Amino acid sequence: MSGPNERPSVVVLDYGFGNVRSAVRALERVGADVELTDDRARAQEADGLVVPGVGAFAACMAGLRAVRGDEVVGRRLAGGRPVLGICVGMQILFEAGDEHGVVTEGMGEWPGTVRRLDAPVVPHMGWANVEAAEGSRLFSGVERERFYFVHSYAAHEFPLEADIPEDSPFARSTIRPLVTWATHGDRFVAAVENGPLAATQFHPEKSGDAGAHLLENWVATLR
Amino acid sequence: MPVAVRVIPCLDVDAGRVVKGVNFENLRDAGDPVELAARYDAQGADEVTFLDVSASSGGRETTYEVVRRAADQVFVPLTVGGGVRTVEDVDTLLRAGADKVGVNTAAIARPELIAEIAGRFGNQVLVLSVDARRVQGDVSTPSGYEVTTHGGRRGTGIDAVEWAARAAELGAGEVLLNSMDADGTYEGFDLEMLRAVRAAVGVPLIASGGASTPQDFVAAARAGADALLAASVFHFGRLTVADVKDALREAGVEVR
Repeated sequence: MSGPNERPSVVVLDYGFGNVRSAVRALERVGADVELTDDRARAQEADGLVVPGVGAFAACMAGLRAVRGDEVVGRRLAGGRPVLGICVGMQILFEAGDEHGVVTEGMGEWPGTVRRLDAPVVPHMGWANVEAAEGSRLFSGVERERFYFVHSYAAHEFPLEADIPEDSPFARSTIRPLVTWATHGDRFVAAVENGPLAATQFHPEKSGDAGAHLLENWVATLR
Repeated sequence: MPVAVRVIPCLDVDAGRVVKGVNFENLRDAGDPVELAARYDAQGADEVTFLDVSASSGGRETTYEVVRRAADQVFVPLTVGGGVRTVEDVDTLLRAGADKVGVNTAAIARPELIAEIAGRFGNQVLVLSVDARRVQGDVSTPSGYEVTTHGGRRGTGIDAVEWAARAAELGAGEVLLNSMDADGTYEGFDLEMLRAVRAAVGVPLIASGGASTPQDFVAAARAGADALLAASVFHFGRLTVADVKDALREAGVEVR
């Protein structure tokens, strides 16, 4: 753990899938002490872990399992240690991915299946606005900015977002997930903040100043 | 709100240096692609494209180094095309820091390359670059447009519209349609060809070739382009990225 005056340590998980160089540089730009590695001990110890992801769900999931990254993520979350998934690194946090009818099991941190977007032009590629969740820490100060998306698949629902009744014994002790949405043909999950686990469907590391601000917001949660 | 129409400056890079000339004020080094890419990023470019025109493998190595430096300084997506022939070439470029890779001639010779790249890295990394022109002489194609190679000097007889559609089916995530008739003419994008390809492909379409005025960009967006690429109008300061975006915005086109 880093002290109050030190830069938070962040491991970008190197499992063979992702524009890791961009992720590392963007995190360094916002003040993190970044290491790119597949070393499980390092990934477990860091103040923050980033799971990037570019490519197909099935291939990413296989790559992640090969370095036992799913175990690292599970242990970190059990210990309340922050994890940020990006793009396919977010998708594989869901129960499953359905690509061309091939269903692949994901990490299952969240319920739901990632499916193809139904829109006239797919992939969804480019800069788009989001409906930032109320009270979001990630989007604080960049609620109205555009972020860079490039994906053909997305989570279309987030059942855990449903309200917990006021009279429930869990109402006070439970921090509900904050879900940020975007629309491309379908409405889909653009970002989630769920205790130590956060994720974005877009690429903050490629989203210019707005993306840097968002990453800075995330790094600030590591202090 | 729909996804914004992207404005993309394109730089031709030979052995690590920008070629075709750039005439910007206040540049330390007008030939450094990284400095220019950062400049365009600051102007509001939505992506930057490098076209590697190096003839030698040593030149390509230098380009990889340029891509590495660009990835350190440019925080918008970077596409690198030119000379990409194998899945390994794509891997090298992505590892260096490219976000997308442009494929052109090698895919014409061997279309399976598209599926191979998409299978390994996903279709979103693959921009199929099509250098197309109106058919000439005895050549005829269903659409009236054919694919060319060697910078437009050599026709292939392949129908440009059919090729774009087939490439998208094989796994290209985007089509960069470069009009060899319009390229360098400053007479505007080839809107007829854009519309024909737009009707045939469901992946994002990048218009290229012929841009001169802000209204040219507006017309291409209205013809169905998802992104608008240009080189010399930006390099010689005829237009800034901001000029183009202002015109698009005024015309009611969504921009960042």
